[in-house]
Amino acid sequence: MAQAAGNHYYVPEVAKWPILGSIGLTLLLGGFSSYLNENPIGMPIMLSGFAVVIFMMFGWFGEVIRESERGAYSKWEDKSFRLGMSWFIFSEVMFFAAFFGALYYAREFSVPWLLGEGAGAETHHQLWSGYTEMWPTNGPADMGESDFHMGWWPLPFINTVILLTSGLTLTWAHHAIKVNDRKKLIIGLALTVALGFIFVYLQAVEYQEAYHEGMKLTSGIYGSTFFMLTGFHGLHVSLGAIMLLVMLIRSIKGHFTPERHFAFEAAAWYWHFVDVVWLGLFIFVYIL
Amino acid sequence: MNAAATEADHHHGPAPGLMRWVTTTNHKDIGTLYLWFSLIMFFIGGLMALIIRSELFQPGLQIVDPHFFNQMTTMHALIMIFGVVMPAFVGLANWMLPIMIGAPDMALPRMNNWSFWILPFGFGIMLSTLFMDGGGPSAGWTLYPPLSLQTGDAFPYLIFSIHMLGVSSIMGAINIVATIMNLRAPGMTFMKMPLFVWTWFITAYLLIAVMPVLAGAVTMLLTDKFFGTSFFNAAGGGDPVMFQHIFWFFGHPEVYILILPSFGLVSEIIPTFSRKRLFGYSSMVYATASIAFLSFIVWAHHMFTVGMPLTGELFFMFTTMLIAVPTGVKVFNWISTMWRGAMTFETPMLFALGFVVMFTIGGFSGLMLAMTPIDFQYHDTYFVVAHFHYVLVPGAIFGIVAGVYYWLPKWTGNMYNETLGKVHFWTSTVFVNILFFPMHFVGLAGMPRRIPDYAVQFADFNAIATVGAFGFGFSQILLLVLVIKCIRGGEKATDQVWEGAQGLEWTLSSPPPYHSFSVQPVIK
Repeated sequence: MAQAAGNHYYVPEVAKWPILGSIGLTLLLGGFSSYLNENPIGMPIMLSGFAVVIFMMFGWFGEVIRESERGAYSKWEDKSFRLGMSWFIFSEVMFFAAFFGALYYAREFSVPWLLGEGAGAETHHQLWSGYTEMWPTNGPADMGESDFHMGWWPLPFINTVILLTSGLTLTWAHHAIKVNDRKKLIIGLALTVALGFIFVYLQAVEYQEAYHEGMKLTSGIYGSTFFMLTGFHGLHVSLGAIMLLVMLIRSIKGHFTPERHFAFEAAAWYWHFVDVVWLGLFIFVYIL
Repeated sequence: MNAAATEADHHHGPAPGLMRWVTTTNHKDIGTLYLWFSLIMFFIGGLMALIIRSELFQPGLQIVDPHFFNQMTTMHALIMIFGVVMPAFVGLANWMLPIMIGAPDMALPRMNNWSFWILPFGFGIMLSTLFMDGGGPSAGWTLYPPLSLQTGDAFPYLIFSIHMLGVSSIMGAINIVATIMNLRAPGMTFMKMPLFVWTWFITAYLLIAVMPVLAGAVTMLLTDKFFGTSFFNAAGGGDPVMFQHIFWFFGHPEVYILILPSFGLVSEIIPTFSRKRLFGYSSMVYATASIAFLSFIVWAHHMFTVGMPLTGELFFMFTTMLIAVPTGVKVFNWISTMWRGAMTFETPMLFALGFVVMFTIGGFSGLMLAMTPIDFQYHDTYFVVAHFHYVLVPGAIFGIVAGVYYWLPKWTGNMYNETLGKVHFWTSTVFVNILFFPMHFVGLAGMPRRIPDYAVQFADFNAIATVGAFGFGFSQILLLVLVIKCIRGGEKATDQVWEGAQGLEWTLSSPPPYHSFSVQPVIK
């Protein structure tokens, strides 16, 4: 409890953005569904929904930033934002946990069982007696007909170095904000954003290489886990980089003080989170 | 800071008209929205249950075709879980949590608005699937592949509506965690918090931990169907059973999400009407936390028959039976609270007592299902249906209804009609048992669930259950009438409302001011 008795907690009078967000989400996801059902109006609805969501985010975040800049928030509200962001990141961790769980299950259980281990002996004999491929595998039906294995060298290793370096530059920027060194802050943030987008670019190069070799999303369980894990991670890196880009623009505009810069910290936490997820990916998807 | 402007912010009343409800940031308004939404969905989901029971009134197919029957069982479950019980809990939390801990409002008021306003849109999408080519989802609410992948046009809409409901739940849960951790009044230490606050605190963690896992599971379904992945396809090296593991890793904590806040409600109500303090407060807190922890390591007891190594079967059997220990602590404490209390039996107390007795019946049948060798006999029979309906209807729903009666005078400023309330309780209790108790018998005799027709030897008990279903369904109209009458007028409620009530909510006027606790109370 950060407040002294009698303090006033800021409660905005009205919230006009959430309803727009709901409408946008409905158009976005309903349109996407319609597109997946091969309905020609699906795509335009989806894009319009996307536009509404983006507009909503600009409006909503903009309003919060203006409130923050005019000093509506004290340490008390700040703590709510911190709690909200940390538990949001925890929920993201659990989202990735589902996919890491799928990878673990496939490698430890479903593939060995298909190979005839334990109670899978009869299934293997009756259904997939010719199946002998260990991990990485595209399954007993040879889905996508590719045996290409994504090695950890050189691109993933370079990407690891890039992400770890970006964590350093970000921490450097954080130190700068605390001593009110605006120039170092801007340089640090700009480096971090640049490294983030280089990472995404190199991931795209790696995907291209994989598809060239025939290793696709459709290449059995290996392709599924590889592309879904790295794909969702790449999406999160892109989001994190966009967040940091916003922080960079706000830093240039003169926002934040050495004491009050929660938005910066939230983006930094998010960045460290995608960093840690990558380390998990590097170990469990690429090396092991 | 513009002090004058923010002061003005704080003393205004609600904006007039419809936009008040669309743009509100007030925890009471949002709580009211949640509760009304839940009640409407309760009648929609209930109507589906009555269609199911009508078809099952006698053997043979008479009213609906099997495919539509399956859509009804699937949608009934999805609506009752995500559209009724969870929103009702969040609504009660919105209304009461800030008041019970002496907070000015919820910690993140704008996000609070969004958590609610996603729901009508999400359910709009989900309900619209009933009118699509191939009908609505019909593979059961558990969405097991490969069956669920055969859903028609409804499939992507179903997946994305579940995503939306998940986003709503996660935001609601984050808001509750932030409110409890940050907005408690000075002196309101964790171990002084009312039990309803405690159970919701723990429930919120469960929600944040498992709703994303559900999102992951249904995303894999989506990519398996539309993008050629092989998560649940053995030909590609995946496994349909993997879906069940991921799903129930969400699903088992989810069933505690559906009951823990009701535990909290009952733990508020029984002390009030026993005029005693809750027996074993701290053991209640620890028991709730233990149940929450155990809920993460018991999931595969939903899957004893799908093919698991023997060590897995044993592990999940033992951990599941372990849950009986903290749950037993709770039931013991509720009964000990009543022991030598000066008890009176107003409607909230009646529902709370009904909860204790009938939830325990559901708990015992759960213990039977926990034993692997026995579950091989019971799996996917009406015994399972009887079990989870006992814990969800006279369990979760009775807890919610008890909470509504308990706080209705506080919300509206008027006493409800006690006679009508008592009639509602007795008709609900009698009919809910007529409805669900016979299902134990047909289940033990081998009647499978989710099938619109059955062998003739099950006919009598099914006919009885259907009579109970209609009786229970129509009894709920009494609740609607009672709530509307109470809002429109009645005997004025005092601030205290109940003689034995303890807690901050009873220090406010009935109804409380639009902004309660602008200045926080100090708890001794």
